Amino acid sequence: MENIDWGLVDWSRAQFALTAMYHWIFVPLTLGLSFLIAIMETIYVKTGNPAWKKTTKFWMTLFGINFAIGVATGIILEFEFGTNWSNYSWFVGDIFGAPLAIEGIMAFFMESTFIAIMFFGWQKVSKKVHLTSTWLVAIGSNLSALWILAANGWMQNPTGMQFNPDTVRNEMNNFWEVLFNPAAINKFLHTITSAYVLASIFVIGVSAWFLIKKRNTDFAKKSMIIASVFGFFSILYTIGTGDGSAKVVAKYQPMKLAAIEGLYEGSTEADLVAFGFVGGEKTKPEVSGIKLPGMLSWLSFGDSKKFVPGIKDLVEGNPDQGILSYNERIEKGKLSIDALAEYKNAMKSGDTENAEIALTVFKDNFEHFGYGYYFGKDPNLLVPNVKLSFYSFHIMVILGAFFLLFFILTFLYSFKNKFQGKNWLLWLSIWTIPLVYIAQQTGWIVAEVGRQPWVIQDLMPNIAAVSQIDKSTVQITFFLFFAVFTALLIAEFKIMFTQIKKAKDINTNENIGGTN
Amino acid sequence: MFENLSHLALQEYWWVIVSLLGALLVFLLFVQGGQTLIYRLGKTEGEQNILVNALGRKWEFTFTTLVTFGGAFFASFPLFYSTSFGGAYWVWMAILFAFILQAVSYEYRKKPNNFLGTKTFDAFLFINGLLATVLLGAAVSTFFTGSAFSVDKMNLLNLSGNKMPIISSWETPFHGLEAVWTTAHLAFLQNLALGLAVFFLSRVLALLYFQRIIDNTEIINRTKKCLKLNTVLFLVFFLFWLIRLMLIDGFAVNPDTKEVFMEPNKYLHNLLERPVILAILLIGVVGVLLGLFNSIIKNKDNGIWFAGVGTVLTVLALFFIAGFNNTAFYPSTFGDLQSSLTIENSSSSHFTLTAMSYVSLLVPFVLAYIIYAWRKMDKTKITEEEINSDSHSY
Repeated sequence: MENIDWGLVDWSRAQFALTAMYHWIFVPLTLGLSFLIAIMETIYVKTGNPAWKKTTKFWMTLFGINFAIGVATGIILEFEFGTNWSNYSWFVGDIFGAPLAIEGIMAFFMESTFIAIMFFGWQKVSKKVHLTSTWLVAIGSNLSALWILAANGWMQNPTGMQFNPDTVRNEMNNFWEVLFNPAAINKFLHTITSAYVLASIFVIGVSAWFLIKKRNTDFAKKSMIIASVFGFFSILYTIGTGDGSAKVVAKYQPMKLAAIEGLYEGSTEADLVAFGFVGGEKTKPEVSGIKLPGMLSWLSFGDSKKFVPGIKDLVEGNPDQGILSYNERIEKGKLSIDALAEYKNAMKSGDTENAEIALTVFKDNFEHFGYGYYFGKDPNLLVPNVKLSFYSFHIMVILGAFFLLFFILTFLYSFKNKFQGKNWLLWLSIWTIPLVYIAQQTGWIVAEVGRQPWVIQDLMPNIAAVSQIDKSTVQITFFLFFAVFTALLIAEFKIMFTQIKKAKDINTNENIGGTN
Repeated sequence: MFENLSHLALQEYWWVIVSLLGALLVFLLFVQGGQTLIYRLGKTEGEQNILVNALGRKWEFTFTTLVTFGGAFFASFPLFYSTSFGGAYWVWMAILFAFILQAVSYEYRKKPNNFLGTKTFDAFLFINGLLATVLLGAAVSTFFTGSAFSVDKMNLLNLSGNKMPIISSWETPFHGLEAVWTTAHLAFLQNLALGLAVFFLSRVLALLYFQRIIDNTEIINRTKKCLKLNTVLFLVFFLFWLIRLMLIDGFAVNPDTKEVFMEPNKYLHNLLERPVILAILLIGVVGVLLGLFNSIIKNKDNGIWFAGVGTVLTVLALFFIAGFNNTAFYPSTFGDLQSSLTIENSSSSHFTLTAMSYVSLLVPFVLAYIIYAWRKMDKTKITEEEINSDSHSY
């Protein structure tokens, strides 16, 4: 396989990672804040209290600043499937394109239409129409998340399709299986609830700053109560769906599970690493730290007696557990690819008999199809970056547990109205904002680095998914994106901070808090 | 309902949907055209703010239509999506960069401490207006003049050759930019002409839109002056492109063997053999001219509606000429004509097109709520006072 341009593959991955990570700085705040705004405006419409209108409008301004850059970074992602992953776009476009189109028709138009009313319609439509528009913006943005995350979940567990040897691609045969496949459902729920957690922490943190400055205190308290309740229930759901995600990973992506736990040799009653460090070789990790006996088996399969395969079991095979080695899978994958080529040639020459034989061989080995692209290569290339996966996963989990404690505290203190004066808690609230952004990014690293090299699990590795362009071309666009996104990010930060700081002058206690 | 349709009928249905999205996109590019006129029409900061806010309440429709156009093309004709986007890399990347710049510029331009300054964000809006229109126009023109690519699905099964296992290859190192200097059959003239026609059309539509939505005598007077010149330039480039399109050889498909071959005056034949398309084109052109007549001669402010509907119908007809009547809509000019894409060889499966067709039933609802929101928001004309009284402005 000297024909593989590894530099092109790596730079194409880097560009996608860069755009996705930038995009995900902004999206979770959009997803969560849209609902928080809708809740606040609902209280305003129900009570008629203008303080709630001002509260809504303040958060709406921050929402708008964040939304714009989320949109800017989002458009690239959709088109990058075509520009940088063109083979992928053909191989599974029949399935993957549909969610993207539905996202546009169903969600993006809803979002972009009603956002205009939400921002500019206060004096042009009735209160109820305005409130409905705000809710539709929230629903629209969350619907868009549903479709793209369903698509992502499908890549990690391809279902609802079959390979068509005549068109040389996968084709959808069950729409509902694609949408409701377990990986997609868990991915969607885990991701959006974690976005609600981020938005809640953002609102609490910014409100805490106002309380420290003793400005807009009534507004800050109101915001905190809403965000604490929303955040508390969201983190419970995030943790619950995180557990669900782990079970799905254990079932469909055993190598990812082994990588995030740094598990080299599998076992029954496998231990869960609560806190630890990874040493050893790149594909032969050694983990030291605090381990919880049997917990990995239990969390993965609901049974501590179950066997959890390690990297060694998957690469070298484990006949006792019925696990084929990667070399065996590579052989079978090559058999499948060659058989498909034979089928195509036989069909072209009208040799239906040999075509049938080749087709049978192809189908019998299809589940290993993607491994064939690693023929003649080191099977260890099929192991993802263990250290990155391990640390990302554990940072995410530890932060998740911390957020639960954090919300319990904010929930209690804001309800008892005892936040003010508790400077340690106020500062903690502010410093939790960067932590929740770290948790979001590490979550995506777990999901995306952990599944490498698979673009579509077991069927298409990244080396067979890229577009045929020069590495240098991708390098240029990578650095262009990097420069543009970084400049815009700085602009966003500066504008956001200024808006928050400025709020102390605009919204004094009297005019924002009121007496209600 | 849809499952009983033949695969070809579904492919044609989806070509209509994609064409409609493309046509709506070209109409909505009036936002881009307007962005190139902010400093031409607005001499004071107040006037410039009026213009930016008039466009700023619509920019997301254009943006969303572009994204949906891309998504719908991906879902219905994935081989086009993979071949064109992965191949004409630089063209699409330039368009995307232009849209990144636009997305933040409205929201950030007047915000305090915005790092780059109002002038920079306004420059971003200008760049977006220029690049998006010219490049999208030139890209659509290649639907008729062709591009240098090849498609071989067997590459995916080639584990031993010296090529990557990639099915679509762009055969020039310029990845699409060559569309504006390819001399064969004077393709560059044709592509540039449509690019510039779309650019001037977007400005014409923007001027008509401003006349409808803005209540400011100074600005309106300037739009009237500006409209005449842009109309002339639009007509020159568009008519050159259209007349030449009728005269050039086109990429025809043999309906029996599916073989692609060159046919003299193919696109003229498409119009004559499909009178419905001809009728749509003529009504569209008349609509645009009527809009201009209403504005320039009759001094009315409703030109945007006639010209808008006319633009949608005209572009719709052009997409129909490209894809229907046994025509290759994305032709390959690199050696092997058989790499050319048709609505039959590049489409999704019967199952996916059926599923997506059910989703397409949502389109009328989407259009209905867009019209509702648009009417509500445009009930009153935009003035400086109205912008200043609003809590949210650009």
